[in-house]
Amino acid sequence: MTELSHGTGSDEPGSAATRTGAQEFDAAGLVASGRVPPHTEMAARTRRSGSWFYAETTLRGMRAFALPIAVYAVLQPLLYMVALGVGLGELVDRGTGPVDGVDYLTFVAPALLVSTVVMSVTAEMTYPVMSGFKWQRLYYGPAASPLEPGQIARGHLLAVVLRFVLQGGVFWVIMMAFGAAPSGFWQSALVVPIGVLTATAFGTPLQAYASTIEDEAYQFAFIQRFVVMPMFLFAGTFFPLSAMPVWLHWIGWVSPVWHGTQLARVASYGADVPPVMIAVHLVFLLACTVGGVVWATRSYTRRLHS
Amino acid sequence: MPAVITARGLRKTYGDFTAVDGIDLDVEAGESFGLLGPNGAGKSTTMRMIGGTLDRDGGELTVLGLDPGAQGPQVRAHLGVVPQQDNLDEELRVRENIVMYGRYFGLSRAYLVDKSAELLAFAQLEAKARDKVSALSGGMKRRLTIARGLVNEPRILLLDEPTTGLDPQARHILWDRLFRLKEAGTTLVVTTHFMDEAEQLCDRLIVVDHGRIMAQGSPSSLIREHSTREVLELRFGSARNASVVAQLDGVGERNEVLPDRILVYAHDGEAALEEVTSRGLHPVTSLVRRASLEDVFLRLTGRSLVD
Repeated sequence: MTELSHGTGSDEPGSAATRTGAQEFDAAGLVASGRVPPHTEMAARTRRSGSWFYAETTLRGMRAFALPIAVYAVLQPLLYMVALGVGLGELVDRGTGPVDGVDYLTFVAPALLVSTVVMSVTAEMTYPVMSGFKWQRLYYGPAASPLEPGQIARGHLLAVVLRFVLQGGVFWVIMMAFGAAPSGFWQSALVVPIGVLTATAFGTPLQAYASTIEDEAYQFAFIQRFVVMPMFLFAGTFFPLSAMPVWLHWIGWVSPVWHGTQLARVASYGADVPPVMIAVHLVFLLACTVGGVVWATRSYTRRLHS
Repeated sequence: MPAVITARGLRKTYGDFTAVDGIDLDVEAGESFGLLGPNGAGKSTTMRMIGGTLDRDGGELTVLGLDPGAQGPQVRAHLGVVPQQDNLDEELRVRENIVMYGRYFGLSRAYLVDKSAELLAFAQLEAKARDKVSALSGGMKRRLTIARGLVNEPRILLLDEPTTGLDPQARHILWDRLFRLKEAGTTLVVTTHFMDEAEQLCDRLIVVDHGRIMAQGSPSSLIREHSTREVLELRFGSARNASVVAQLDGVGERNEVLPDRILVYAHDGEAALEEVTSRGLHPVTSLVRRASLEDVFLRLTGRSLVD
């Protein structure tokens, strides 16, 4: 056996190792070093914190794309602010006057923050999920560890959420810099958690749906064009829902983007939204998120344990 | 020795198809146990039920006294799993694959820094620690997958077709590594459709076909039981093999006609070959060899292991 591994045929493993440069190892120490906790303790730790353990891997994988993610996070809000605030905003403010009682940039900025993270979550919860099951099979390795499929689903989500906290935070800072968050530091900071909650409300059902797709992923292009874009255009981002005919209002009501946008407007400039509607928006977003997580847990379990 | 894995009447069905059809087995602590059979025999399905990532449809199964169907995470904490298809994380570096996998067991980073270095030495991948996984050869990926499976110091290592697709040298390196793990006390459970692998690695094995156990025992006892000591392989050309076989009666204990050759089972192969020539038969080629598990499988099922 020593001959096979070192190819020298020496009787002395040590000298053979030195000559071939292969480090000799202590097999007994490798399989029972005495440095690991009992296996039941490992299982208990994973039961407690497994989602976080998987999130660590996803975050580590994102490191390779850290620069593009950072550039995107800074550049996109800047472009929006300049185009819509300085460009279109001037036009609107001179033409129609204030929208919802504020200048156009202030009106549109919190909505853009929400839409931006929703677009990002669309990218994060479609192709990467497909890759986990099919293209790179990233989920199958962890599925053989003490992790449960639901923890893998939630771990992936958790990593993405952390990214959005950062992305939303950058957006908010840029809003402040353009004077587009007049309600003050602490209240306007709430746009960040609101943006993240909106992202999970749309992202978790999408993650669950993506996990059910076995073959090709043409469905994702369809979602991008016929779900995400209409939400962006018609769910109260660029003009209030009330500016549209009543028979189009349902697009807002079923869109997490509209519910999130309304909340973000309350946070950033104190938009006049009745408390009962604030509660409705919150409940809608929370219900979508929880429903999506439950569905994703089931679907991941079916894919990974069958 | 106590059994670490016990199965009684283990079953798994997919609709009308029965993948595992009543398997009984006992794997003892510290042994190397094999499941030998052709592709589709139900070996991988059995492994996944042991690993708690697939629920059984019938029978009893315990791993270290735990039920993998009900206590999957606890069972998997004790196991190292090397799947048939490598599923390393190609977005991570070689060393990171071990470290991050160790995190799934709640192991500390301090431990994992040391452990990953030891495991890379074991897998002879120290020089590749910072490389991308995609830059590794097939044999290196396999060794990394095994190293990753050892990060939690498992009591049982499950290996599904560990050397499929590897060249002979890579296979021998891998067998050496696995043999050392067994020496150090790790229980190995190996599925394979290669008879030489089963002979090299397994103390004891079951021969599986269509989800059922056809035979079990050590490789040598199986060969003794189901075959003669030697085999004479004769080739008369594919057109003549079938017509010649009638004239070979009594040369050995029995004959087996394959599309390309005739196998004559005899205790003394050379003597059998002399008898063939004395009957005026002149094969195109002839070969005397020791009987193998391939012959056992052929005897039990009438088919070859590798189609």
